[in-house]
Amino acid sequence: MSTDAAPRTSSRLDWEIVVGLEVHCELATVTKLFCGCANRFGAEANTQVCPVCLGLPGSLPVLNRRAVELAMRIGRALHCEIRPSTFHRKNYFYPDMPKDYQISQYDEPINVGGYLELASERRIGIERAHIEEDTGKTTHVGGGGRIHDADHSLVDYNRAGVPLVEIVSRPDLRGADEARAYVAELRSILVASGASDGRMEEGSLRVDANVSVRPMGSQEFGTRCEVKNLNSLRSLGRAIEHEADRQVALLESGGRVVQETRHWNEAEGRTSSMRSKEEAYDYRYFPEPDLVPLVPDEDFIAEATAGLALMPAARRKRLAALVAAADGQPAATSVTDQIATVVDLGLDDLVVAAVGLGADARLALARSANEAAQSPERARELDASVFADLLGLESTGKLSATQAKTVLAELLEHGGEPEEVARRLGYEALSEDALSGVLDEVIAANRGAWERYVGGDEKVAQLLVGQVMKATKGRANGKAVAAALAERRG
Amino acid sequence: MAGELSAEQVAHVARLARLELSPEESERFAGQLSTILEHVEVVRRLDTTDVPPTSHALDLRNVLRADELRPCLAREDVLAAAPDAEDGRFKVPRILGEAL
Repeated sequence: MSTDAAPRTSSRLDWEIVVGLEVHCELATVTKLFCGCANRFGAEANTQVCPVCLGLPGSLPVLNRRAVELAMRIGRALHCEIRPSTFHRKNYFYPDMPKDYQISQYDEPINVGGYLELASERRIGIERAHIEEDTGKTTHVGGGGRIHDADHSLVDYNRAGVPLVEIVSRPDLRGADEARAYVAELRSILVASGASDGRMEEGSLRVDANVSVRPMGSQEFGTRCEVKNLNSLRSLGRAIEHEADRQVALLESGGRVVQETRHWNEAEGRTSSMRSKEEAYDYRYFPEPDLVPLVPDEDFIAEATAGLALMPAARRKRLAALVAAADGQPAATSVTDQIATVVDLGLDDLVVAAVGLGADARLALARSANEAAQSPERARELDASVFADLLGLESTGKLSATQAKTVLAELLEHGGEPEEVARRLGYEALSEDALSGVLDEVIAANRGAWERYVGGDEKVAQLLVGQVMKATKGRANGKAVAAALAERRG
Repeated sequence: MAGELSAEQVAHVARLARLELSPEESERFAGQLSTILEHVEVVRRLDTTDVPPTSHALDLRNVLRADELRPCLAREDVLAAAPDAEDGRFKVPRILGEAL
């Protein structure tokens, strides 16, 4: 290893980044987890509170059935085992919970042991996905909004008691890119299962990352740090990179990593230690006496998880199968990328329907992943038969690729029928007769080339096709022109 | 769980609960808490092989409510119960940096 290169970039290659993620997902219920206050983002401060979520004496929590159903849907979508569960009090002194504890699931969570499959087909283990209540929102006043030098804090309890499911992954992720892919995939799953609106910018999904590094090839885990305050995929990626760099620098200079919670500062682009008092980690969990065990029977689970939409991984497999069936071989990497894009944008139903109507699978995929992807909302509204008709015009050579793309853009913008749109754009002019006329002109103008072509020189074919394309300003179909030339030669 | 609870352990638990104990109190409670733990130890010696674990004193399961809105409290009433309020929110002392 060279020593004069930048130390970070050079040494980084010797280390493997190991990441486990804890994702908090706010459930899309009407009311909070234990009371009938609205679960709604953006209301005026402290207008969605009641004795239960304020923890007033004498109030009792009652579990929201819908929250339990959504939690089970998440569990099913993540291939978890759905189990009998209990609730605990997690005690701490921090004014974001008026009760001084948060009700959570501890040693008996509702969902355990699942996995999430990435587009790369790597399976990331899910340790558990448990139910808990969200905390209130604190704002630090004075000292530039930083918690350590704030004069005082203001608290809004509208969010206190909002139902959450915390999804804990195994430390199976390797690096920032994979961590981002995991959260993006999880977000799609949560939205598809109806559990969440997936709005990261509104805090519907919040991510904490457990980051450690180890020498490449090592099987043992290094000491991890938990990084908090990751509010976007971008923050997540940057924070993991930064934290891994910090740990590598520490280890290479002979130091050691101390297990602790660190706060990501987006503006400064670095993490800093959050708590120094180890007592803060002792939450003195004990069973919540006000809530009885949750023991869903088979019927309850079946009812709650009925009608789950196809998850992204299954949708990708469905498209891959279509392409494999058409090609007679497994999909190549370029096609896998197109499949991921199409599923991401929710255009897979369109592709499947168009192929069902006889469209070419590869072409349907390509036009969806590239052109239709430019305006996915409209593409999702596109009638599959219209899309199939367009693809048919292209694969039979009636429209060139360039023309087909333009017609598609037009269809997405203004609607209509492919043939009619093509005619309006003047693409119909290139009928066989018209092409024949252009061929006459090109042959006359390129006599020498034509003679060589007739004499069997295949290399000039491209030149002649090019001339035809030029004469038609790209409106001719390359394959059709080549075929017409070959036919002329006889 | 054998042996006496130490004064340090008592002080630690007291810190977690934000209780201020004098050294004498820590000593005294160490003795009293040890007695309680000894009694738990006696109960632990019972053979519970055929007794299923209990997670709740009530023989109830799946107490659930429908996901339906109920009226909230009026903000004036909520904040009137707070020691201090500002801008429609509870005003609390700065949080971290406190002496534990």
